[in-house]
Amino acid sequence: MSQDIATIRVTRYRPEKDAKPFFQEYKVPYRHDMVVLDALNYIKAEIDGSLTYRWSCRMGVCGSCGANIDGEPKLTCASFLHEFKGRTITVEPMTHFPVIKDLVVDMQDFMEKLVKIKPWIIREKETPPEQGEYKQSAKELERYSQFSSCINCMLCYAACPIYGLNEKFLGPAATALAYRYIEDSRDQGKEVRFPIVHEMEGAWECTLVGECSVVCPKGVDPMLAIQKTKILGATNAIKSLLMPRGGR
Amino acid sequence: MVDDGRVEGVTAIEVRTGELVTILGKAVIIATGGCGRIFQFTTNGWIKTGDGMALAYRAGVPLKDMEMVQYHPTLLPNTGILITEAARGEGGHLLNKDGERFLKRYVPNKMELGPRDILSRAEMSEINAGRGFEGPYGSYVNLDLTHLGKITIEDKLPFVKELAEKYLGIDPEHEPIPVRPGQHYMMGGVHTDMHGFTGMPGLYAAGEVACVSMNGANRLGSNSLTECLVFGAAAGRAAARYAVKMESPSFGNPVQGEVMMEEKRIFDQILKHEQGERISSVRTEMQNGMEKHVGIYRDENSLKEGCRIIGDLKTRLSNAIVEDKDHVYNTELVAALELDFMLDVAETIPYSAIQRRESRGAHYRTDYTKRDDANFLTHSMAHKTPGPPRIDYSPVTITRWKPEERVY
Repeated sequence: MSQDIATIRVTRYRPEKDAKPFFQEYKVPYRHDMVVLDALNYIKAEIDGSLTYRWSCRMGVCGSCGANIDGEPKLTCASFLHEFKGRTITVEPMTHFPVIKDLVVDMQDFMEKLVKIKPWIIREKETPPEQGEYKQSAKELERYSQFSSCINCMLCYAACPIYGLNEKFLGPAATALAYRYIEDSRDQGKEVRFPIVHEMEGAWECTLVGECSVVCPKGVDPMLAIQKTKILGATNAIKSLLMPRGGR
Repeated sequence: MVDDGRVEGVTAIEVRTGELVTILGKAVIIATGGCGRIFQFTTNGWIKTGDGMALAYRAGVPLKDMEMVQYHPTLLPNTGILITEAARGEGGHLLNKDGERFLKRYVPNKMELGPRDILSRAEMSEINAGRGFEGPYGSYVNLDLTHLGKITIEDKLPFVKELAEKYLGIDPEHEPIPVRPGQHYMMGGVHTDMHGFTGMPGLYAAGEVACVSMNGANRLGSNSLTECLVFGAAAGRAAARYAVKMESPSFGNPVQGEVMMEEKRIFDQILKHEQGERISSVRTEMQNGMEKHVGIYRDENSLKEGCRIIGDLKTRLSNAIVEDKDHVYNTELVAALELDFMLDVAETIPYSAIQRRESRGAHYRTDYTKRDDANFLTHSMAHKTPGPPRIDYSPVTITRWKPEERVY
């Protein structure tokens, strides 16, 4: 495999030194199988130890290396350098988030949203482990399994124009995760989660742009989850009108 | 932080501000995982830098059985990404450059279903005999799934297909996948009893960081889950039982003094160097040295060389430079502290291995190829000293299952 040279333009912003962000350009030798994260690691190891970005697993599992690459939210570990052959690659922090330093963004808002939808199995009464598992059939698993593939990389928030306009919007990943639990046959927390996903800035804010589902690196379809959440909400509303005493 | 032999909390860095933070606690449970990144090729996430092992070791707890390092036979050569055992379980073949299923020479009865350590050694033997392929990231062999057909690969091995396509641009239906062995798991770690207790009041450990000894010298697949679920719960319960009967620690001496020393070490020493080599060159040499001299095949000379290299690198790190002087989100400082942890942990491996003059489980000595129960049916214990680690031994408790000869 031969070596080429990639030109990479990275956003630099060091709050202790810089009044505002600027671009810095680096030249990186690369092979066919190298990704943008490899280039960042090369820069940090060989050229500039102060370049700052987040990463951990290097294999599309941990969700910590997201950035805007040529304007599109992507995992740096899953973006090959050869795909940009012959042109400068621009790497910027994910849009819609406050920047802490260089490519590192503030995740606080997303973390709070994740906790808000209570991403765990809620039971009316917990049984001790000795009494056995909460069983589930393959068919029941199928109802939500794609939504459990989310790696919390936040690319869908960087891609979502609604979130860009209104940071209170619960947003794609958190709604998809809520839906994952709502559809889980072992879960009994629908009554708790419903008001959260249907509140003012919940699912109904979504205008079906669908960029969230396009950028997801794990094949999750948050837009579908949001639409299904709306349908469930609407059906419930009709049910409660027709059967106010709680028909099933 | 240790006061009169009792652990009373930890110091940490709030990465976002760069502040040194003191967290006092009646009990501390270490659950930081393994240390794969001290090796050149590892399946571990690259944040697995052995911090927890080093913290316990520095506090005075021995690291047990550190020479027992598990290699996995099928990693992608560049990234170390793991290709699951299921690829062989479904009928995949390992081939050398002559297209030969070379395992017939090593484990004829089990072939590709043989254990991880034997398969890893077989691959290395083929490579050393010149029967491997040469690539930009060193030698490798092939994992061939092409005869399994599209349906089996898509239905049973979708993640293998995804990884091969995404990271190598290879379609495993039509081309073999290049693989090589690499570090996968540490059987050794922080010495604990079956309750996760390290022997130092207030300090517990669970998971890969710990060595509760359920894996012996060679872990079986999936048993790391047992380690987390069963012994994680046990450590939690034991720590809780201890904590309820203890008084809360107070931020007085000597704990305060320890925090100030740590603050000085980080901010007045590590960050103050203005000239020196980059930490990345020290890290790369550690990884290459460990792979070459303390890897799958070991002997007296290679292990001596491993000890020497790590010793030299420790001196070099103390003179290396952290270019980033920021307080906010200083990932280069974090990398320097991690490397410091890794070197301490790495050093215990050749020092423990050199004294174990036998081959057992994952530890294979080309100069002592047989298991020697008369002399070495025993746990090695590496203790921190101002110089190199001191190794002594602790007896193995044998209960229901007696050790047997390993035959296939």
